[in-house]
Amino acid sequence: MKIVVTVKLVPDPNAEKRIDTSTKRLVRTGVETVLNPYDEYALEAALQLKEKAGGDTTVTVFAMAPESLKETLRKALAMGADDAVLLSDPALEGSDVWATSYAMSHALKKIGFDLLIVGGLSDDGSTGATPGALAEYLQTPLVTNVRKADAEGNSLKLERETDTGYQTVAAPLPCAITTALTFGEPRYASLKGIMGAKKKTIAPLTVGDLGLDREVGVSGSKTALLAANPPAARGKGQVVEAADGATGAKAIFDFLKERKLV
Amino acid sequence: MTIATRRAAPPDAVDFLGIDALLSDEERLIRDTVRGFVRERVLPDVATWFEEGYLPRELGRELGKLGLLGMHLSGYDCPGASAVAYGIACLELEAGDAGVRSFASVQGSLAMYAIYRWGSEEQKREYLPRMARGEAIGCFGLTEPDFGSNPAGMRTFARRDGSDWILNGTKMWITNGSIADVAIVWANSDDGIVGFAVPTNTKGFSASNIHRKISLRASITSELVLQDVRLPESARLPLANGLGGPLACLNEARFGIIWGAMGSARTCYETALEYSKTRVQFDRPIGGFQLTQEKLANMLLELGKGTLLALHLGRKKDEGTLHSSQVSFGKLNNVREALAIAREARTILGANGVTLEYPVIRHMNNLESVLTYEGTSEVHTLVIGAQITGIPAFT
Ligand SMILES: Cc1cc2nc3c(=O)[nH]c(=O)nc-3n(C[C@H](O)[C@H](O)[C@H](O)COP(=O)(O)OP(=O)(O)OC[C@H]3O[C@@H](n4cnc5c(N)ncnc54)[C@H](O)[C@@H]3O)c2cc1C
Ligand SMILES: Cc1cc2nc3c(=O)[nH]c(=O)nc-3n(C[C@H](O)[C@H](O)[C@H](O)COP(=O)(O)OP(=O)(O)OC[C@H]3O[C@@H](n4cnc5c(N)ncnc54)[C@H](O)[C@@H]3O)c2cc1C
Repeated sequence: MKIVVTVKLVPDPNAEKRIDTSTKRLVRTGVETVLNPYDEYALEAALQLKEKAGGDTTVTVFAMAPESLKETLRKALAMGADDAVLLSDPALEGSDVWATSYAMSHALKKIGFDLLIVGGLSDDGSTGATPGALAEYLQTPLVTNVRKADAEGNSLKLERETDTGYQTVAAPLPCAITTALTFGEPRYASLKGIMGAKKKTIAPLTVGDLGLDREVGVSGSKTALLAANPPAARGKGQVVEAADGATGAKAIFDFLKERKLV
Repeated sequence: MTIATRRAAPPDAVDFLGIDALLSDEERLIRDTVRGFVRERVLPDVATWFEEGYLPRELGRELGKLGLLGMHLSGYDCPGASAVAYGIACLELEAGDAGVRSFASVQGSLAMYAIYRWGSEEQKREYLPRMARGEAIGCFGLTEPDFGSNPAGMRTFARRDGSDWILNGTKMWITNGSIADVAIVWANSDDGIVGFAVPTNTKGFSASNIHRKISLRASITSELVLQDVRLPESARLPLANGLGGPLACLNEARFGIIWGAMGSARTCYETALEYSKTRVQFDRPIGGFQLTQEKLANMLLELGKGTLLALHLGRKKDEGTLHSSQVSFGKLNNVREALAIAREARTILGANGVTLEYPVIRHMNNLESVLTYEGTSEVHTLVIGAQITGIPAFT
């Protein structure tokens, strides 16, 4: 089974995000780039499936990102992916989901896969629309929020996490899934993995390799980001003076109850 | 003048000198991985471990899974990382706690290295893979109650009995002693100093913990008693001969301490810097007072210099040009300066500086052990003195 995991390279969620007001894009310089946290879970799912399936199962990671971020992908290889493909091209800059998933789907077709695992949400754009758009362009079924997967011959048995429990779903291969965070904590890269990663390949792809029949980048996008603003500063909060601990505790309890939090 | 007109980016408040840029991508990935592990697995609980005086056994297996035990050895399931990579891991582990770093140092650089360097092929195959995975724990018994800085006088004695050896003696201050599966024990014999890999379940071997320690509490320190411990010749480390045996191991572990100390120092500096920006007295952050700024600037100077020194010595070690007296230089300087940084940081935190709610006093107390073990600061001073004057002043 050939598993491909899409991995977005995003500014470190722990760093203060800054948006360039002229380009409306995230400022990437001076901020470390990391694997999108949801995609680490997607990769963990892929690696678990590979361990279970054994044999000739392979895991390829795919990212669409500027060439300068190539080394960030090395972490995915250190965690255990077999190889990587990086689609970079100045022509892709400023793509919205419409254009991004169009370009990505062509690259993914070229790479080929039995199972495509996509993270549920990116930490920067956060539209959550990419998985659906990819499945549409690729004409594959999509099962979202998967917490457990078993390959059974040419199909998959999947468990979908829901608010009230879980559902068991069957899907044929090729198929796309997004993973729930309950699939399992992403593993640490081991030292051997890190040292082995430098021998693994990160194959480059450019727009020219894809045979696209429509534009990508800003001109190939339908939506335009006009402004990205920080959240409004938090208000002062409510200060309750309590005569003693019991009154204080009751005030807190009432506050939470009012908001249906307890 | 193209270089001079290039705009210099303002430096980072911790990596002020941009030392990061001197590391390879792989070295940075190792750093980020160990740092992430420490953030998630060590920092949440380490104050409790320190307070209660233990280190969870499970942590050994986790460190093994990451490949950090015996990481600079190659073969026998060890990854064969560079000296710099090993140093970086020590720094990040000790940024969490010197007890955690000591665990890895003793396991990898003292116990595993002794077997790796001086052991037989059978000993290597028997112990190293299990120790690399953290399934078997090792300790290193050199110090005795009456012989610390002067190990040559050790009283533990190995007597031949037919083809066997009989060991008698006491070892003191032994890290991981009571949790070890194998103890590397150094003993005098009719042929001079010899070393043994002693399975700790051998009859006559016992270990008891040293209590009431106020330093390196998230680390187990034990006394080993060997009473008529009978061992076959196959337990002796065949290639070790004389005091050079244990000293070669210590040299490995000391190298890690040069880096580790800067981990403690970094945490103390970062904590003090953050605190100084948020703690308000006389209506302004205490970081705005000149006296506080002088403290922070002095801490930053020594942190930067010490980290550069560690990296320089690491590159020399990888090149094969690091002399043991240069290791003494590094250990003496970096532990001394880390301790000074910790004490200065503690003053900036005021009363909060004496509680385990903040990491500073834990590091400060830990560093007192680090100053003493693996050769006291005085001994390293004398090593440097002997090297530059040609006159040993130990006795
Ligand atoms: C602040 C900001 C706001 C934006 N708002 C919009 C908007 O409202 N509408 C719009 O059309 N575009 C928007 N974009 C552009 C959008 O981020 C990109 O097109 C992006 O590549 C895909 O969308 P996403 O980041 O929302 O990913 P999501 O759909 O949230 O991500 C889901 C998963 O898709 C995969 N994935 C997404 N992008 C990549 C990639 N480049 N490489 C590999 N895997 C990937 C990952 O596995 C990820 O976990 C915005 C970008 C930014 C920075
Ligand atoms: C937490 C902890 C863990 C340890 N773990 C281990 C371990 O795993 N294995 C192990 O074998 N040992 C271990 N040790 C022991 C450590 O290596 C010794 O404590 C150290 O070598 C010093 O020996 P000592 O304590 O006997 O001090 P002493 O040698 O008695 O020294 C006391 C003082 O005299 C000074 N001094 C001694 N000789 C001279 C001289 N010639 N000139 C000037 N000053 C001198 C010393 O520098 C020191 O200041 C550990 C110690 C601690 C605290």
